[in-house]
Amino acid sequence: MTASAEPDSRVTTVVCRLTDIEVEGGVAALVVGEAVAVFRTYDDHVFALSNYDPCSRASVLARGIVGTRDVDGTQVPFVASPMHKQAFDLRTGQCLDDAAVQVPTYDVRVGDDGMVLVGGRTSSS
Amino acid sequence: MSPKTRKTLVVAGHGMVGHRFVQAAIERGLTETYDVIVVGEESRAAYDRVALTSFFEVGADELSLLPGGQYDDPRVRLVLDTAVEGFDPETRTVLLAGGEVISYDELVLATGASPFVPPVPGHDLPGCFVYRTIDDLEAIREAAAGARVGVVIGGGLLGLEAANALAQLGLETHVVEMAPRLMAVQVDAAGGATLARHIEKLGLKVHTGAMTSEVVEKDGRVGALALKDEEPIPAEVVVFSAGIRPRDTLAREAGLDLAERGGVLVDERCRTSDPHVWAIGECAAPGGRMYGLVAPGYAMAEVVVDALLGGPGEFTGADMSTKLKLLGVDVASFGDAHATTVGALELVFADAVAGHYKKLVVLENEAGDGTVLIGGVLVGDASAYGVLRPMVASGIELPANPEDLILPASRGVPEIGLPDEAVVCSCNNVTKATILEHVSREETPCTDATCVTKCSGAGSTCGSCKAGVKKIVEDHFASVGKVVDRSLCEHFPLTRQELFDVIAVHGYTRFDDVVEGHGRGRGCDICKPTVASILASQLNGHVLDAAARTLQDTNDAYLANIQRNGTYSVVPRIPGGEITPEKLIVIGEVARDFDLYTKITGGQRIDLFGSRMEQLPQIWQRLVDAGFESGHAYGKSLRTVKSCVGSTWCRYGVQDSVGLAIALELRYRGLRSPHKLKGGVSGCARECAEARSKDFGVIATEKGWNLFVAGNGGAAPVHARLLAGDLDTETLVRYLDRFLMYYIRTADRLQRTAPWVDSLEGGLERVREVVVDDVLGLGSELEAAMASHVEGYFDEWAATLEDPDKLARFVSFVNAPDTPDPHITFREERDQAVPGDSAGPVSLGASIPVGAPQ
Ligand SMILES: Cc1cc2nc3c(=O)[nH]c(=O)nc-3n(C[C@H](O)[C@H](O)[C@H](O)COP(=O)(O)OP(=O)(O)OC[C@H]3O[C@@H](n4cnc5c(N)ncnc54)[C@H](O)[C@@H]3O)c2cc1C
Repeated sequence: MTASAEPDSRVTTVVCRLTDIEVEGGVAALVVGEAVAVFRTYDDHVFALSNYDPCSRASVLARGIVGTRDVDGTQVPFVASPMHKQAFDLRTGQCLDDAAVQVPTYDVRVGDDGMVLVGGRTSSS
Repeated sequence: MSPKTRKTLVVAGHGMVGHRFVQAAIERGLTETYDVIVVGEESRAAYDRVALTSFFEVGADELSLLPGGQYDDPRVRLVLDTAVEGFDPETRTVLLAGGEVISYDELVLATGASPFVPPVPGHDLPGCFVYRTIDDLEAIREAAAGARVGVVIGGGLLGLEAANALAQLGLETHVVEMAPRLMAVQVDAAGGATLARHIEKLGLKVHTGAMTSEVVEKDGRVGALALKDEEPIPAEVVVFSAGIRPRDTLAREAGLDLAERGGVLVDERCRTSDPHVWAIGECAAPGGRMYGLVAPGYAMAEVVVDALLGGPGEFTGADMSTKLKLLGVDVASFGDAHATTVGALELVFADAVAGHYKKLVVLENEAGDGTVLIGGVLVGDASAYGVLRPMVASGIELPANPEDLILPASRGVPEIGLPDEAVVCSCNNVTKATILEHVSREETPCTDATCVTKCSGAGSTCGSCKAGVKKIVEDHFASVGKVVDRSLCEHFPLTRQELFDVIAVHGYTRFDDVVEGHGRGRGCDICKPTVASILASQLNGHVLDAAARTLQDTNDAYLANIQRNGTYSVVPRIPGGEITPEKLIVIGEVARDFDLYTKITGGQRIDLFGSRMEQLPQIWQRLVDAGFESGHAYGKSLRTVKSCVGSTWCRYGVQDSVGLAIALELRYRGLRSPHKLKGGVSGCARECAEARSKDFGVIATEKGWNLFVAGNGGAAPVHARLLAGDLDTETLVRYLDRFLMYYIRTADRLQRTAPWVDSLEGGLERVREVVVDDVLGLGSELEAAMASHVEGYFDEWAATLEDPDKLARFVSFVNAPDTPDPHITFREERDQAVPGDSAGPVSLGASIPVGAPQ
């Protein structure tokens, strides 16, 4: 295993078909050597976060339950860590239970052929 | 410390009040200075005499007030099966029946009372009984077995209770009362008549205004009861319940002062005419009056402990209010029930059809501008008792339409503001102020009435004030603007039970329909697993079916238990803990081949730790091939039914506990429930399976099985309580089916059986009504639901291995299924693999080739 090199944001990894991800489910993908959790919400949006849950220090977020939480009147899509249930905003990686915690997010989109493409980190923390 | 500095306190009598005294002495530190010796004449330690009649259903163990048989405090010595024969105030010694003489510094008499048996001819024939102790009830039960007709002499509170018991033992039952009405002490003529109608409807025969002239002998036993001016009643069993007399003989023989009408005369500190002798409970007569209820006795016990500690406590009389349920009929009387106060007015509500009779006794207040409540009688529906009784004690103004207080409950409980000092629970002397303290205290305040009962004792003895406590708690939260929110989560304004019903009624099979119809948003980690569990209970589907998969909690989602480093543990089912050597070897081989950390669990099975998610199917393939099934260690579902080795091997065993445990574990395996469920079966009373620490525990008796329910281990351990005794296996299974289904249908999310039972109005008694007496008529429906579970059961792991769709999810990375997650590392400890510590996110670098998706 090599130490983390800044991933090249120009590289895009094709991880799977959109239909390989369950609605309101997630998959773990290996993106330029990093474990990335890719989620699909009810309205078929995709989101990608680091799979590493900083609260439990384990690589598990893709296995969490996906839902929505009302934050000041907005329905925020989130994943609950399967370990200790902390909620993370799928859009920003912000932990909704602890302002000091955030996980990195990745560029992600669905191509015209229905494939899910993950790019580089969009934020770091 | 020299032993001389410690003093000796002797308590004569280990009944309800004697026990309360010792408890208070321990709690309040009296045993720091005194060695306490308690001498009781009965062979059993103190038990709940108030609940005596339930002995027939639950047995002696359940009634015990000291289940361990000993106090936790080593400075208390309990001597049972031994009477105090006498004491000498001069030498300060007591003489025990065995001849032992004990010197005391202080002596507390707590000898209670004995039933009064009128000296009619034949009163001592075999077949004549009194109704006071467990031994009495055992003898009555034995006599009833060969009898057809029973008569109770006395139509007071206790007489009716005894009549109830005779009827339940299957006897044609008569009640003979000298006075012109039943319960003459507590209720008025009209109330007594309503009560008599209720009781006769239940098949008992009531003879009021009837004088017993003789118990007639036949073949050396009771043959009939002869009455003045009435036909004799042929009967084989006669129970005397014609009042009680204080047991004051010890005091009389020692030369102490007695009250005119009996009882050891004591002052307001409960001190007798000898300064070192005290009397409490039914043997005592403070100010010359004896009290035949337990609450005043408890108050006296506290007063004496206080006095011995140098405190100021005094006993100044007691509330003689009563509420009870007789043969299913609620009866309550409180305050000046007979309107003997000058100027008292009666307000009566009677509904002959429903059999309700309610009377309020009111008095104009001193200013002449309002009325206060001074007493009342309730027959048939006593739901208002909890609110009314404290109103009497506090003397608060009645609302403008006081009749609202007793009109049928449909109008809701009326709004009344009790003053803070009003005593809400008279058994434990808890005021409204104390209840409010518990809900508003700084540190972890109580959030519901159940917690208040636990913390303050209010409602924990006779339970009649529970509704009142609940009302005060809810009013408090309403007043501080806190809605007592029982919603499951922000997505559903429903409790789990309501959600269960909604899903059943609409026949929903998908979360989407449930949340669209009854919720908002897209759900969360609370409501989704709850809905998944309800769907699993109702439909018996596979938890990894497409519609249910994303609803499952962490562990259910992969049919294994997630561990701290993201790996899983695997637990195959080993029903009852019985396993062949061949199977044991397979487990060992699998553990060895996959390098799994191996540990024996408390539930008599084996836990294999450290499986990567993608290894789970391979591990399970081997286990399923060897005949293992999922152990559901990951589910809110039945875990294990633990057993001792039972009569097959054990020289003490009386039943085959292993056989039953296996049968129960196989019956309930896979059953999804609000929380995990555990069971246990012990083959004899030694209870080696620790069954009473389980949600359901079965203990063998000579005659069958005793069924205990609602226990648990863990952080707040609770002993399971007896639901029903001496059951044959078929009945046992039927009751268990009902119990478990009733729990699954009505419990809150993550509520284990013990708090669930406590949260039900009526508690364990309610469970017994539903499960054993089937008062809701739900029995066959609950059994059918369980039968459908049993029929629909399949092994989740075997089914998963056969389904490529379900297996597809068991990969480390969707796009690199052959690359293990580098975050998972192990180190070695005591020759086994254990999780390595994580230093943060790990990257494999870009050099690892990533397979393109097919
Ligand atoms: C069937 C029934 C139903 C009842 N229902 C209610 C109710 O609903 N509400 C209510 O408030 N009350 C009720 N009571 C009354 C209640 O049980 C008593 O008020 C209470 O038990 C009194 O407690 P105690 O300790 O004074 O007497 P007890 O509980 O009788 O205890 C006295 C103990 O002292 C022992 N003893 C006596 N003499 C000696 C001696 N010389 N040496 C050693 N030991 C001795 C006795 O054997 C006995 O075990 C009921 C009673 C009965 C029988």
